[in-house]
Amino acid sequence: MFINFQEFFNVIPIIIIAAGIVFSLLIEMYSKKSEVFLPWFSVLMFLAAGLHSLFYTNDVSIILQGMLATGGNVNVFHAIFTFGAAVVTLLSIDYIKKYGAYFGEYYIIIQTSVLGMMLMAAAKDLFVIFLGLEIMSVSFYILAGMNRKKAGANEASLKYFLLGAFATGFIVYGIALIYGSAHTTSIDFITSNFNELTKNLLFIAGILLFLIGFSFKIAAFPFHMWVPDVYEGSPTTVAALFSTGGKAAAFSAIIAALFALFNGPAGNLFTPYLAVISVLSMFYGSIVAIAQTNIKRMLAYSSISHAGYLAIGLAAGNHEAVAGVIFYLAAYTFMNLGAFGIISLLEGKDETNLDISSYAGLGNRKPLLAGLLAVLMFALAGLPPFGGFFGKYYIFIAAIKSHLTWLAILGVLSSAISVYFYLRIVVLMYFKPSENDFAIETNNNAMIAIVFSVLLVILLGIFPGTLIDLVTKFI
Amino acid sequence: MEQNSLLTYLILIPLIGSILVLFIKKEQVNLIKYFAVGLSTVAFLLSLVIYFQFDSNNPEFQFINKLEWIKGLNIHYHVGVDGMSLLLVLLTTFLTPLTLISSWSSIKDKVKEFTFFFLMLEVGMLGVFISLDLFLFYIFWEAMLIPMYFIIGIWGGKERVYAAIKFFIYTMFGSLLMLVAIVWLAVYAIGPLGYFTTNLIELYKVAPQIPMNIQIWMFLAFAFSFAIKVPLFPLHTWLPDAHVQAPTAGSVILAGVLLKMGTYGLLRFNLPLFPEASIIAAPYISVLAVIGIIYGALVAMVQTDVKKLVAYSSVSHLGFVVLGIFAMTQESIQGAVIQMVNHGLSTGALFLLVGVIYERTHTREIADYGGIAKLVPVFSFALMFASLSSVGLPGLNGFVGEFLILLGSFQSPILNSWWFTVFASSGVIFAAVYLLWMYQRVVFGEVKNPKLDGLKDMNAREIFVLAPIFIFIVWIGIYPTTFLKVSDKSTAKVIKQIYHPVKVSPVELGLNQSSK
Repeated sequence: MFINFQEFFNVIPIIIIAAGIVFSLLIEMYSKKSEVFLPWFSVLMFLAAGLHSLFYTNDVSIILQGMLATGGNVNVFHAIFTFGAAVVTLLSIDYIKKYGAYFGEYYIIIQTSVLGMMLMAAAKDLFVIFLGLEIMSVSFYILAGMNRKKAGANEASLKYFLLGAFATGFIVYGIALIYGSAHTTSIDFITSNFNELTKNLLFIAGILLFLIGFSFKIAAFPFHMWVPDVYEGSPTTVAALFSTGGKAAAFSAIIAALFALFNGPAGNLFTPYLAVISVLSMFYGSIVAIAQTNIKRMLAYSSISHAGYLAIGLAAGNHEAVAGVIFYLAAYTFMNLGAFGIISLLEGKDETNLDISSYAGLGNRKPLLAGLLAVLMFALAGLPPFGGFFGKYYIFIAAIKSHLTWLAILGVLSSAISVYFYLRIVVLMYFKPSENDFAIETNNNAMIAIVFSVLLVILLGIFPGTLIDLVTKFI
Repeated sequence: MEQNSLLTYLILIPLIGSILVLFIKKEQVNLIKYFAVGLSTVAFLLSLVIYFQFDSNNPEFQFINKLEWIKGLNIHYHVGVDGMSLLLVLLTTFLTPLTLISSWSSIKDKVKEFTFFFLMLEVGMLGVFISLDLFLFYIFWEAMLIPMYFIIGIWGGKERVYAAIKFFIYTMFGSLLMLVAIVWLAVYAIGPLGYFTTNLIELYKVAPQIPMNIQIWMFLAFAFSFAIKVPLFPLHTWLPDAHVQAPTAGSVILAGVLLKMGTYGLLRFNLPLFPEASIIAAPYISVLAVIGIIYGALVAMVQTDVKKLVAYSSVSHLGFVVLGIFAMTQESIQGAVIQMVNHGLSTGALFLLVGVIYERTHTREIADYGGIAKLVPVFSFALMFASLSSVGLPGLNGFVGEFLILLGSFQSPILNSWWFTVFASSGVIFAAVYLLWMYQRVVFGEVKNPKLDGLKDMNAREIFVLAPIFIFIVWIGIYPTTFLKVSDKSTAKVIKQIYHPVKVSPVELGLNQSSK
């Protein structure tokens, strides 16, 4: 078994990360200045892998004996994960010192989680998905409890672990049933024989279990219980990674494994399930978010409702839906990263200033930060001309094409509700005087990351064609 | 197709201007103000250039600029004007510099941000009127909410936060349903045309073929969104809050231009896209419009707050416009178009005058005034003039629009009943009652309130702002043909689209496609 040069070249992004992890471990062990060096090494590594992915999207191939796919939308996902992780790393540099969790392994575990995500997106075999999922999830469990001394962090970590392991159980069970009925875990085989296979009840049960397991990972109602507590208890930058990279990876795995869902009538079998979780997630997330006073919890519920919008795409199950979901994930990743980034700047020592009232008067105190956060809130609410709007628009197109107009209508109603709580932050920042003049220290690293995210969100909104055309080419 | 970039320049001027404003130091208040006023004046001059080059004998869209934008979805940056939208574009570019000058001294706080949002607002308004692609239209329609939201929320009165949120959520709610309808329409076009499109000119040919039962829903989704914006009774409750709380400049633009976006939408999208549904819905909507006329007038009558009074008068006046649109005769629609402009001018002037006096006395209660005729004669004259224009005194602009609308609705084959006209006419009488009664209480009598002593009359800047508006009020009143002829052919085209919708068979459309 050997890898020829082209195969090696196509898989370079994954190799960069894997090799980088080994290298980072060595740095961490032997260098006294690893604290300064590691994050920047991480960022460079992520950017290198991301740019390589973006430049070589045309090198579509299946390598390693049908285990991994490269090129096309796999690379788009890789770019989302790596650029997202680069933003998280930049945000973390000053944050984790303030948070009191500076351990060298922090950056390395982010790297491993990204490796897991990349494997999930590239998988051509159900076992690779499982492998990637576990690499990512185990890294996440550790990241959530990064500060061993904080009770909240421990709780978050344990909760995440228990529920995550439970969900993984569903997925493995689902894979087992699929294997039992299809006699293979090869995704290509499953895709091409999907119509045949769905005659077997065992296979349907397998796919359903697989989808239920991933409903946990994408944070969809009614499998969302862990989300608010984990986001609240984890370090803010880590929560940013959970809500973006983690969610995007789970969707990438669903798209990779169940592309057949988007291909024909047999896929429609699962539309009722997906439509139901989508409606429940959208409304539950939007309505409960209104009652939140902690901004991290608010974003957690917002994340649940976004999972609902994305699930509309899965339910629609056509090619537009795939493009829409990928676009939405790209926009959502950077909207959320930016928002969490700003939260991490305002957060004081010992996790203070997380109440939304802390944002009162921010428009006067820090005009730039407030302006950026306002853009992000409008984008999350799905207002044009920002990226979030176009993601929704495209998903609605997919839904209406699949004759799910009612789902699109429920989707817009839920986004009308969600406007309220996103706007509340804007109201506080601009229309209310400041209540508590705590010090806000910004730093260049985080500001670069936040401005980068906001610019991406705006560009995705004004020139959505660039990404949509790229993604559509490979479906 | 021949491209003409003038409209693009028109929209770029305030857009680039607003971005440049961000780079001016916030201490240089005067520079920011001169810059914004200068820029919006340039935009006005450019729109005049467009007006003079406009061929009013051509019913089609002119000054078309179509550039590829989102290739995969066949969405274009596609702008153009016809007679109806040109008048509203002119109204927008005309009112913007004047309102900026009017807020010269009343906005003291955060001038830079105010100017930024105001110019952004102009971009949004112009964009709504010139978009010929539904996707582009929707972007401007929604994006425009953001600056208005900030203008009310930051520079507004005591209850500004409540008013701003109410304004935002109300309008957003309506427009989201329209978004679903837009997408549905674009997907529907795939059937007859073979491709996804949001191009309005192509949809004009396709949409009237939608089966009746669905057409009704599409009509409702669009109409709901526009009716909230107009606002049509009973969806008007956001309006008094937003108007009263907004700063003067905000109220002027809100009444002058923003509300017109609703009526413009009905005229541009609902009637031509869904003609059969429109004909069915016309009597019902006209009933609501007439209720709005009378209700708005009656509620205006009992207001103690001048600004609220003017706000409710808008509900009443916009009812006339909606009635004119749904009476669906050439006269009534012409009247509706000219009445949109009239309302922008006369209500704009009234809000400006309320702002002028509020800046001096900080009260809007009618009871706090009385007898100011002797103290501020120029102001009193201006208020008289604006009130009479709003009442619809023959010789001033309001009369022309209302007369045409009443005439048209009387002859309307769709409404087929003169009761609409009878009840609507009572609105004209009520308008005279509430405005003149307000005028009497504010201006005449003895000065009772000691705070009014030393009240200063309008200064040169304020007169300068109002004078051009008054010129147009008289102009439209005496010689409306200048303006009516601009929109004449376009409204005739709408009438044709309603009664003789293009029923192109799919085969023919298919041939069109292959010839492209």
